[in-house]
Amino acid sequence: MSLSATTPVTGAPARPFLRHLERAGLYLALSVAAFLSVFPFLWMLVSATNSSGEIIRGKLGLGDQFWINLDNFMTQVDLPLVMWNSAKVAVLSTVLTIAVSSLAGYGFEMFRSKMRERLYSLVLLTLMVPFAALMIPLFMMIGQAGLINTHIAILLPSIASAFIIFYFRQATKAFPTELRDAARVDGLKEWQIFLFIYVPVMRSTYAAAFVIVFMTSWNNYLWPLIVLQSNETKTITLVVSALASAYYPDFGVVMIGTILATLPTLIVFFVMQRQFVAGMLGSVK
Amino acid sequence: MALSVSEPSSGRSSQGRAGARSASLNGWLFTAPALALIGIFLVYPILRSLVLSFYAGKGMMLKPAGFSNIVRLWNDPIFLKALVNTTTFFVVQVPIMIVLALLLAGMLNSDRLRFAGFFRTAIFLPCVASLVAYSVLFKGMFAVDGVVNSTLMAIGLVDQPIGWLTDPFWAKVLVILAITWRWTGYNMIFYLAALQNIDKSIYEAARIDGVPAWARFLHLTVPMLKPVILFTTIISTIGTIQLFDEVYNLTEGRGGPADSTITLSLYIYNLTFRYMPSFGYAATVSYVIVVMVAVLSFLQFYAARDKA
Repeated sequence: MSLSATTPVTGAPARPFLRHLERAGLYLALSVAAFLSVFPFLWMLVSATNSSGEIIRGKLGLGDQFWINLDNFMTQVDLPLVMWNSAKVAVLSTVLTIAVSSLAGYGFEMFRSKMRERLYSLVLLTLMVPFAALMIPLFMMIGQAGLINTHIAILLPSIASAFIIFYFRQATKAFPTELRDAARVDGLKEWQIFLFIYVPVMRSTYAAAFVIVFMTSWNNYLWPLIVLQSNETKTITLVVSALASAYYPDFGVVMIGTILATLPTLIVFFVMQRQFVAGMLGSVK
Repeated sequence: MALSVSEPSSGRSSQGRAGARSASLNGWLFTAPALALIGIFLVYPILRSLVLSFYAGKGMMLKPAGFSNIVRLWNDPIFLKALVNTTTFFVVQVPIMIVLALLLAGMLNSDRLRFAGFFRTAIFLPCVASLVAYSVLFKGMFAVDGVVNSTLMAIGLVDQPIGWLTDPFWAKVLVILAITWRWTGYNMIFYLAALQNIDKSIYEAARIDGVPAWARFLHLTVPMLKPVILFTTIISTIGTIQLFDEVYNLTEGRGGPADSTITLSLYIYNLTFRYMPSFGYAATVSYVIVVMVAVLSFLQFYAARDKA
């Protein structure tokens, strides 16, 4: 290393050529990574305009089959019903999850007791429980309750989320306790403090949690696959999966389905990108 | 149920003051709904699974069977295949992905990088795709005459199409490629967030001292990110051990060709919902996942702690 040649004032490199080469390599590597990351999305959009045969043969250009694919999709799938099912499940599950889990996160942080700390450790431990080990007893429970083929069967096990409880407890540590104490002096009840002070103050935390829970719920697959067996209750994720696993899948139709399944989460992502990233990072603050 | 959580009087109001009592009551009121739901839909089923794993029989006709399910595991070629496949997936895929994500984060963290926002968003974008949607897309892209094979042949990398979905080896490669595509950006975001908390002047000093980029990465970035690397390694491993959506949708639920991509979760699903249901044996297989997740989490945790 030619240390003597450096000029610390400007931070200019010793060997401009190598430095430029390094720079070019940096941009090249990042461009390749960005291209590979985005390509399947572009391919999905382009393929929706091609016929199934063209898609399978690797056609890369735009075609004129979009309306035919859409038409075929609409005849095979009751689109309004399927989207309504997906939206209903995702929105209800998001609202309930956030309500129950934020109450708990707030409760664990604000009202400490030895017993609750023990239970909180137990809650955190459930983060490690694989869903595969739950699904058989859950299926038996839901079956005994006569809830197979209902959306309640999807909602019930998803409402209390250990991760979202953890997320809210961590976020609550930053909630100024002076606000709470002042409200207590003013005679507000604890639930009023939560509803009228905590929730508005923590709205960015709520936004981030909303994005993350909505995404998880919209994309949920294994549990709905088990309990939703009739066409009347199926979500878009299940429909796409069924279309693609046909003996001879019509990939043009499948592309329309994947676009519809991806669009809502893409929109949420681009509209609330900051909250999205904040939600994902929730646990490492 | 072990959790009698809605019982307000069980709170410890040690001083017996009215304030402490009401705090305790409120503490239970705020946490009770979540605790009750977790008790019913998480704690109870995981214990029920454990009990079930000692029962055998078809459908709901279950009889106590001692350790026969565990014996059955070792004589079940599909289980052994699923175990080997699942292990292969996380042993090969997680390190590749973590290294890639670290490299990308290191590159995106370079100073005076232009279009950093664009690159970051683009590389993060796969996280937005649903697991089913992207698996289906990959199935189409990696068809025999599909866009990937025709591109590889056009640039002369291969002479004949690769059987991504028909060859046992390449099917595994496809699963690994797919998961890596979906999750690298996710891990990268964790590293980028951690890097933002690191004082840039350390890098500046190293750069001025002539430390090359790769050495700055290896001796500055990686050690400083160690806690985050550990965290992402654990969650990625736990996620990959539970792999289901991708293999199910790439292989029409079969884990083929010839069980070459079948995972433990997929096998449990098939045991329960595809074949004649054997809940007891499927519960035993599911406890193999529980044990794997627990053991690996503790191993990774302690490995990182010892080196610290």
